[in-house]
Amino acid sequence: MSHPASVQAVHAAQTVHSLWTSVAAEAPRKIPGPHIEYAQLSPTLIVLGAAVLGVLVEAFLPRRARHISQVVLAVVGLAASFAAVVALAADGYATDKAHIAAMGALAVDGPALFLQGVIILVSLVAVFTFAERRLDPAAHGRPVDSFVAEGAAVPGGDAERRAVKAGLTTTEVFPVLLFAVAGMLVFPAANDLLTLFVALEVFSLPLYVLCGLARRQRLLSQEAAVKYFLLGAFSSAFLLFGIALLYGYAGTVTYAGIAEVVGGTTPTVDPALASTMGNDVLLLTGGAMVLMGLLFKVGAVPFHMWTPDVYQGAPTPVTGFMAAATKVAAFGALLRLLYVVLPGMRWDWRPVMWGVAIVTMLIGAVVAVTQTDVKRLLAYSSIAHAGFILAGVIAVTPDGVSSVLFYLAAYSFVTLGAFAVVTLVRDAGGEATHLSKWAGLGRRSPLVAAVFAVFLLAFAGIPLTSGFAGKFAVFKAAAQGGAAPLVVVGVLASAIAAFFYIRVIVLMFFSEPKAEGPTVAVPSPLTSTAIAIGVAVTVVLGVAPQYFLDLAGQAGTFVR
Amino acid sequence: MTSLLTVTAAVPALGAVATAAVPAARRTAAKWLALAFSLATLGLAGVQLAQFDPHAAGPFQLTESHAWIKDFGVRYELGVDGIAVVLIALTAVLVPFVVLAGWHDADPLETHSKRWRPTQGFFALILMVEAMVVIAFEATDVFLFYIFFEAMLIPMYFLIGGFGDRAGERTEEEAAAQRSYAAVKFLLYNLAGGLIMLAAVVGLYAVTAHQLGTGTFSLQEILQARAAGRLHFATVTERALFLGFFFAFAVKAPLWPVHTWLPNAMTESTAPVAVLITAVVDKVGTFAMLRFCLQLFPEASKWATPVILVLSLISILYGALLAVGQRDIKRLIAYASISHFGFIILGIFAMTTQGQGGATLYMVNHGISTAALMLIAGFLISRRGSRLIADYGGVQKVAPVLAGTFLVAGLATLSLPGLAPFVSEFLVLVGTFSRHPVIGGVATLGIVLAALYVLVLYQRTMTGPVREPVRGMPDLRVRELAVVAPLIALLLFLGVYPKPLTRMIDPAVAHTMAQVDRTDPKPPVQANDVEAAK
Repeated sequence: MSHPASVQAVHAAQTVHSLWTSVAAEAPRKIPGPHIEYAQLSPTLIVLGAAVLGVLVEAFLPRRARHISQVVLAVVGLAASFAAVVALAADGYATDKAHIAAMGALAVDGPALFLQGVIILVSLVAVFTFAERRLDPAAHGRPVDSFVAEGAAVPGGDAERRAVKAGLTTTEVFPVLLFAVAGMLVFPAANDLLTLFVALEVFSLPLYVLCGLARRQRLLSQEAAVKYFLLGAFSSAFLLFGIALLYGYAGTVTYAGIAEVVGGTTPTVDPALASTMGNDVLLLTGGAMVLMGLLFKVGAVPFHMWTPDVYQGAPTPVTGFMAAATKVAAFGALLRLLYVVLPGMRWDWRPVMWGVAIVTMLIGAVVAVTQTDVKRLLAYSSIAHAGFILAGVIAVTPDGVSSVLFYLAAYSFVTLGAFAVVTLVRDAGGEATHLSKWAGLGRRSPLVAAVFAVFLLAFAGIPLTSGFAGKFAVFKAAAQGGAAPLVVVGVLASAIAAFFYIRVIVLMFFSEPKAEGPTVAVPSPLTSTAIAIGVAVTVVLGVAPQYFLDLAGQAGTFVR
Repeated sequence: MTSLLTVTAAVPALGAVATAAVPAARRTAAKWLALAFSLATLGLAGVQLAQFDPHAAGPFQLTESHAWIKDFGVRYELGVDGIAVVLIALTAVLVPFVVLAGWHDADPLETHSKRWRPTQGFFALILMVEAMVVIAFEATDVFLFYIFFEAMLIPMYFLIGGFGDRAGERTEEEAAAQRSYAAVKFLLYNLAGGLIMLAAVVGLYAVTAHQLGTGTFSLQEILQARAAGRLHFATVTERALFLGFFFAFAVKAPLWPVHTWLPNAMTESTAPVAVLITAVVDKVGTFAMLRFCLQLFPEASKWATPVILVLSLISILYGALLAVGQRDIKRLIAYASISHFGFIILGIFAMTTQGQGGATLYMVNHGISTAALMLIAGFLISRRGSRLIADYGGVQKVAPVLAGTFLVAGLATLSLPGLAPFVSEFLVLVGTFSRHPVIGGVATLGIVLAALYVLVLYQRTMTGPVREPVRGMPDLRVRELAVVAPLIALLLFLGVYPKPLTRMIDPAVAHTMAQVDRTDPKPPVQANDVEAAK
């Protein structure tokens, strides 16, 4: 924060660096190539490679062959990437060999590998829901999925009619999804602020596009995309501005470098920045702005406004993917920022984060009570869950990190499964998301209703589901980290939240089915697999969480 | 057998799965399957009783201990003391009767779709509740207990909301709406209680982790650590944790003023489910006060005693007064139960051997007597199709056996000497009186009111001229007699000879008293007695 006056004096005496003088003064020299550890970055590189191949498939394969080859490519790419993560973890990169790769840009350590593993698995399951083609009735004899025939066509216009008639489908969603995944893999591993920003944009832009591609209710979908884009751009701007301020403060964008300046142990002072370096105002405003950018992606109050609209408008498979994977990536980045860059500022950011966590839990739970649309309901529930996770983030102990990791893994599969069930309940207008239409679902399709009830109970944190284990883990960490009031607010918010989860269960099982109610479409094995995986993870993490807690516990240390 | 306790809980759970898997068309098979599994559980509970040695050293017997979730300090630890073993036996005894009494309660209507299998669901849920209640009685790990304490709400909730009386002048929609209201109220009250307890459970972990190095939920470990002076709760912490635990148990029990879910839940559910609520599930609440509140937080328990005694006194009188004023038979029994739960909690917090021993005995006796009364009332209601007292009259002339057994069950409810509840009520009152004479004195008013509501109920429904709708009412059938007769026999037997139960209970109560560091007050010594002794 402060640096000795003597150092300042020394540097003031030197000539000031500038682009013009330094280049002219020195003889031309060979620029050394950067040293990149390709093997350690392989999870991300494999996904990026698969995405690029996907684009080529779009360009060169005939239309008939595209869907199947895209699905296979995405699945194989993600599986290979997961294998790479496992290999790295088995090699010890999660624990003792953890280090910073790619010239300081990316961390290869426990939290990064754990979160990358979760993101890849979530995406793999999401690919199954993306590929589902049996739910919508075939258009002109061709099977269609949840995505629009031709994204560029004006809703209701001639072009759209022609595209539908020609049986076009948007198979580009798979490479777009893979690009987003690649960004998400980098996001929690980013070890300098610029990489963080690039990763944020790499995964956000594909998501904006995916949001606007719903086959049904295209206007709602496009509205969601525009809102998400505008608000997302706004938050990116905040993030970028924050990065600039932090650079002004620390003279570097690497996490370790900033942490050093915050800790007051910086060895050198960049003469060009001598007047701003160590200025606390820059640190506080910059830090706050970067946090804002991340809290936006997390969906924490007061940066949550986009969540319900985007969740509702986006095609449901995209919503599920976004709700699960984005949260994992963004919380990973938030953890790294708070634990690696700003631990020295704990007393400054903790009160703020306390406030954010409390409002997030309460507002998410209270507003959800009034929702009448199942996707909006799940959106507000995701806000409340962001609040619970923040309670673990605030703990600032290794336990806090591992509890958050575990919660994220548990939560993402419940979310994915729940949205997959939402795609099944349909009427003539597509998915029937209005809650009144879900009345009596338990009478007509006991199995689907029971599965959805399992997910709702997991959201509500009922024992023997993964939701309970996760909630207990973060509350435990928070209580031990000296945040007992957060635990109390957390259980109160849980009680409120339980009310609306239960309300849906009441509606499904205890209400008489309506005559013209929706039907439950019989899905292909793809969606069934996705839902089955969701249920299995929910139950296994609820009944026997120890192995996964161990895993998260081992992965609980950040490399610095 | 070293895993007897696990097996006792696993058998009904397996039964639930098996029953649920029976195909839609074979619903009679599902009923017999459920009955068979509940009887097998009863057999296992009998084995537990036989293997339990009341005079053995150490608080828990038949213990099992396995690692479960190391990170949370949670172990799969089971063990029973005299109180638990008796309550498990009560549960195991009552569930077969619940199954038998509810034989036709969940038969599907003509209008239901072919794939909807209410019968299978009904009996599977009953067995699921039994399994969870049994494991909650057996758990000696606070976290393990908490998990099943909470999880049992879910099957219970579906039992209340999904199956109700087809009685009354209401349309099917109105009945369904009131049922689901009752179910939601039940769930929200208990879930709120449970979540507040969750905060206390987390707090308990934080305290043990801080002081012992590793967090633990094992009751025995915590008690040993405290006895050895390694664990010490700060006063404020102990009180906060006690309140968190006690609130959840008070909602479950239920204690005034968090009792209001019980009348709705008992009235709207079918009689067997009402029995399951009040005679089985609610006992977990009062049991947990004895096992967890008093033993984990003795100082805070003593601190809170005055308030809790007053609340239970209010429960006794308020429940009884409202019972007197009820027009609905099931509601009346529900309020009577609230009054009786007041007695149980009074006995527990009187902190005397007689009080706590009496309270435990009361849990058993109240279970049996309320089960008998509620099930017979259910049979009566199913005949006439109305829950209103005013719709009956002169039943004893047309259905003398039904009326007679109803009277015996009613007399047990008002604690007539010679029937089982008398012993326990007497013990509770004596135990309370020896430490808190005023409160004990006022509590006896509850008995007077009990006589009023039971006898007025009997008089209005059973005596007098035979009312038109009652004419031709059939008497108890064989299946119904098979439910009622054993319960009445138990009431008579335990009324005359409660020793088999007290023999089990007393050492466990003595242990609890030792944990709370309380001894019975000395009887007051009169001056002239001293003279006479000389």
